[in-house]
Amino acid sequence: MHLTDEQQALLNGEKGEVMAKIVKTLVMYGDTFGAERMVPVTSEYGHTVISFGLKIMKPVYEIYDQIIAAGLPVTQKFTADPRPMGAEIPCSLLEKLVFKKFMYTEQDNFEEQLRKLGIVDDDGYTCTCYMDQVGNKPEKGEVLSWAESSAVVYANSVLGARCNRNSGIIEVMGSIAGFVPEFGLLTDEGRKASWIVEVKCQHKPEAQLLGSAIGMKVIEDVPYVKGLDKWLGTELNEETCAYLKDFGAATASNGAVGLYHIENLTPEAKEQGEALIREDARVYVIDDAELERVKANYPVIWKNPDAKPELCFVGCPHLSLRQLQDWTKSLEQGLRETGLDKVTIPTVFTAAPAVVKEFEKSVDACKLKSYGVVLSSICPLMYMNNPLCKKKAVITCSNKLRTYTSARYYTEAEILSIITGKEGKK
Amino acid sequence: MKQFKGRVIVPGTCTAEALVSHGGFNTLASYQMAMMFGDKQVKCGDQNNADLYKKPMIGKALCLPITIGSTTGGMVLYTVCAMHKQPACMLFSMPIDSLAASGAILGDVWTDSKMPVIDGLGQEFLDYVKTGMTVTVGEDGVVTVE
Repeated sequence: MHLTDEQQALLNGEKGEVMAKIVKTLVMYGDTFGAERMVPVTSEYGHTVISFGLKIMKPVYEIYDQIIAAGLPVTQKFTADPRPMGAEIPCSLLEKLVFKKFMYTEQDNFEEQLRKLGIVDDDGYTCTCYMDQVGNKPEKGEVLSWAESSAVVYANSVLGARCNRNSGIIEVMGSIAGFVPEFGLLTDEGRKASWIVEVKCQHKPEAQLLGSAIGMKVIEDVPYVKGLDKWLGTELNEETCAYLKDFGAATASNGAVGLYHIENLTPEAKEQGEALIREDARVYVIDDAELERVKANYPVIWKNPDAKPELCFVGCPHLSLRQLQDWTKSLEQGLRETGLDKVTIPTVFTAAPAVVKEFEKSVDACKLKSYGVVLSSICPLMYMNNPLCKKKAVITCSNKLRTYTSARYYTEAEILSIITGKEGKK
Repeated sequence: MKQFKGRVIVPGTCTAEALVSHGGFNTLASYQMAMMFGDKQVKCGDQNNADLYKKPMIGKALCLPITIGSTTGGMVLYTVCAMHKQPACMLFSMPIDSLAASGAILGDVWTDSKMPVIDGLGQEFLDYVKTGMTVTVGEDGVVTVE
């Protein structure tokens, strides 16, 4: 890799040993993927995937201690993934004890580290930093040093920014150095599609299911999706962006997709059309039967597969304002139909702190509360990372949560049906 | 016995028992429970990976196509290395992905752990190697399976 004189000096230790190790890490990272140079990070903000003070992650905090102690200037402020726990979440005393005393014992210390490293503020904890209310929304073509699979795939695909699927730690190093190696999704060539996905469903496909099917098939490749504009239209509005958020999160967690193109909809597909497709691209046809097959193959790892659901999570990734409004409407109607006042099982909706604040200005927030739904800004995935939760029958419409935890997946319509008491667990 | 030649991502040598994943290796899903609760055998917790689920991973020659899943993957791999709970080596049939590469590089630069990493060994490697076989990794990226 060709380094500028300034970058070479950093590598040689001009700004100390820690900075030299950071640059060495970035150089090795770039060399692995054939990067020929470093390019400046041009977005206003970074985003880090690490937001949890897990006792076991001590080696991570030790690196951050070294960075802070070295007094390295942080070239950009950043947002972070959601916190792992919150007092508002329904849980037992034992669970609270496990969270506080055994698992997230480093949470306060780590948040203090993030403050020193440059987190935007105490509300900057969300996996959907690109929401208007949060304000970390990069422009098309900007180079990012982000991590968080669902945010990276959204920034690349829906916003047209440029970011590799960086790992936690590496993304902070890019923000500190102010440059990242140029390879993969930062290049025009790396943004071309090696899969054509033909959506031939008779109904609008469930975002989280379609994303799952595509992620499992293409793994880390770039898919060019045809036939979805029939259902989503050709303009990126609030509803479409929310769909693509959930779709992308599923492609990234069920596979390793960092960028997708939706024909006639996402910015690069609109501009370049089929010129984005590689000559040797493979084809994957998805119809309703294929989605059913994918869903039917999800393992159910509850001890008792027929257990009554004990907890429901909606909002992984965090819900948009529009989704909160839509869910409130759906719940209102669903509960009216069943003649109930409240949801039938404890239910938690999660959204970014800034989105929650905006939502709380509306009458919908009072309605949602009256239905018994808890509104939170935690990360359901981190919350569920404990053996007590594993024993719990948790349901969700998030394919990401399903992938990483013992939560059982249902479509949004099924979840609505279950929590409004229309039907028992399927 | 068969030999395969790959590209050296992190140099080193080792001999270990193969543990083979034919599907993408989800780093977070595989390690999170074992790490959180100090499982000494570091058993795989990814229920979606039928090849590895509940199998011990520590000290094994982890043979895989690629890693998938959350971008915490590299950080998780680095932490595994820092705690000396890493596989003996990671052997990729495909070109390495950015998250695995990050974890391997962070482990190499920021810890004293040794975990040779080779990529691009080819589909034939993954078809040939079976869990339980003995794998030897050479400095030059040659992997011997017997």
